[in-house]
Amino acid sequence: MTWRPRLAEGTAPVLVVLLLLLVGLAIVGPAYDEPSGYLALLKRAAPLMILAIGQYFVIVSGGFDLSVGALVTAGVVIAARLIDGDESATTPVILLVLGFGVLVGLLNGLITTKLLVPSFIVTLGMLLVLDGATFLWTDGAPRGALSAGFRTFGRGALDVPLLGEIPWSVLILLAILVAAALFMRSGTGRALVAAGDNEAAVRMSGGQVDRLRLLGFVLSGLLAAVAAILLGGFAGVSAQVGSGLEFRAITAVVLGGVLLGGGRGSVVAAAAGALSLEALFTLLNLLGVSGALESAVQGLIIIAAVAYASLGGGLRQRLRLRPKQCNTVQPAPS
Amino acid sequence: MSTVQQRTAPAGPAAARPALRLRLTPVVVVYLALVTLLVVGSVLVGLRGEVLLDQAGILNILTRSTALGLVAIGQTMVILTGSLDLSVAYLIGLTSLIAAETMAGQNGMIVPGVLLALAVAAAVGLVNGLVITVLKANAFIATLGVALILRGYLENNYTGPAGDVPRGFQHLGYDRIGPLPVAALLMLAVAALAWWYLSRTRPGYHMYAVGGDLEVARLSGVPTRRVVVTAHVLCSLAAGLTGIYLASRLGSGAPYVGTDAGYDLESIAAVVLGGTLLAGGRGGVIGTIGGVLILATLDTIFDDLEVDPFFKDVVRGVVLVTAVALYARRMMADRTRGRLT
Repeated sequence: MTWRPRLAEGTAPVLVVLLLLLVGLAIVGPAYDEPSGYLALLKRAAPLMILAIGQYFVIVSGGFDLSVGALVTAGVVIAARLIDGDESATTPVILLVLGFGVLVGLLNGLITTKLLVPSFIVTLGMLLVLDGATFLWTDGAPRGALSAGFRTFGRGALDVPLLGEIPWSVLILLAILVAAALFMRSGTGRALVAAGDNEAAVRMSGGQVDRLRLLGFVLSGLLAAVAAILLGGFAGVSAQVGSGLEFRAITAVVLGGVLLGGGRGSVVAAAAGALSLEALFTLLNLLGVSGALESAVQGLIIIAAVAYASLGGGLRQRLRLRPKQCNTVQPAPS
Repeated sequence: MSTVQQRTAPAGPAAARPALRLRLTPVVVVYLALVTLLVVGSVLVGLRGEVLLDQAGILNILTRSTALGLVAIGQTMVILTGSLDLSVAYLIGLTSLIAAETMAGQNGMIVPGVLLALAVAAAVGLVNGLVITVLKANAFIATLGVALILRGYLENNYTGPAGDVPRGFQHLGYDRIGPLPVAALLMLAVAALAWWYLSRTRPGYHMYAVGGDLEVARLSGVPTRRVVVTAHVLCSLAAGLTGIYLASRLGSGAPYVGTDAGYDLESIAAVVLGGTLLAGGRGGVIGTIGGVLILATLDTIFDDLEVDPFFKDVVRGVVLVTAVALYARRMMADRTRGRLT
């Protein structure tokens, strides 16, 4: 038997795209001649990659999480107001922000699974509530300041022996990525994918579909809170910090070949999709493409990626299993 | 599918019930909620010594409903078909610009301006529909992609309002018949047309069929691709009308007039609030208009009560989720009672 790398289905294309983009960066940008350039890229991409990992858990189990952008904003604004420059408040507030993320995920998950509301609607409602409540609480504009300790995670670096300075955010990202990859190989992880693929089958074989979906939402909320901590440190306090991130994270996940509607795709590919997106923006920037056209390119690319996945992979899949509905959006069947 | 089933339902176990009993369908629930809201709102506003439903209040509610109503009518069609459209917000901005720039302040250019804007809207809808049916992209991603492309175009070419709408055309946005704005009446006419199309014509039935079960519809000989493309073209046309209406109100085109109001997610919220199933196949335009009116009434009441604008978002989110949870419960209850759903 020849050894084949155990790549999940759909992972290969995004890795090829990522490789091409990285090679492109090396050719175009002088900063990418040495590892530090790539490290900086990874640091910039870390929050989006973490969000994409969280979003993956929800999407692969058959849902959507539109609330992560608002959750990131809420996390940063809450932290700034509560810390208000006070160094000693850093640790409790970080724990609080993480707890808040878990709570929001829990609410999303419980409403989706117990009240049978499609997750698209639940998280859209959560988006509205979070956006409104955050600014209601702060009277319209973010107030307070983050402490230096809080910001370390977003912009500081740790001196790792042999490797030199590694940004905290990259270390956190790697830890999350490894944990997520291991989790997806465990029984629970596989059941999560199965719940997105064929809910009835999982139920009949004794799987707790509701609990699995709930877990997906909680993980997504928790990781959004982590991303909020990194972004708050990296970019500072602003009311716009999380806006549009939910769509960007979903784009990244889809770019990673994960099927919307659930049941197919790997978490590493989702993270690679996020890194590709960030690398693409950097490359466009270096090539002098105006920032305004960035979104147009992003739009073309995700359409192309999805079309490739469903047309190119279609034949292969048809030989093995019945094609899933591609035309319909199927947020958490109710 | 479900229309057919609903129609045959009285022959089943439901026939045993008194025929005149009002079934609490989502549409009924929406309008009951609207009436309740109006009563409660009138009382609350009345406690402050003001009147909610005076001339200005009615005008306010209807004006707020017009733009969102137009988008939501189109959105209803795509959602019924089992799709959705996230590109409407940017399309509204684009069509408002095209209309205003073509008109360029001349009364003679009104008709070409409107037609050009609608043509561009139809083309965008065609692209949406073709990407979904031919490239087999998920509707969420396909329309998000098209939205991003439109956004790139707008950001690259415009920094602010552009074009000039002639006085004559601004009448559309501001004229009234009694207390009723002309534009709101036109919106209701479009809604009536959409209702007729969806519930009285074959292509309309096909939309329900495709949304109910794509595969079954296809096997029953419904031209599913054509139905999905049609729904998207109609949805984009409705968004185009919204853009034209907003141009006439603003006096010029504005690139972010659609996104600032969040018409993409807001219209989906209105449709779902109106009892249409997000997965498609059930619901209709009448419920959607009810949903739009509820959102507009909430806004007006909050304005009269001088509630913090951020509080509105919180209430909106809670109302949306609560409503859909109620509909879901009713469907489950129906199902356990053995009714066809």
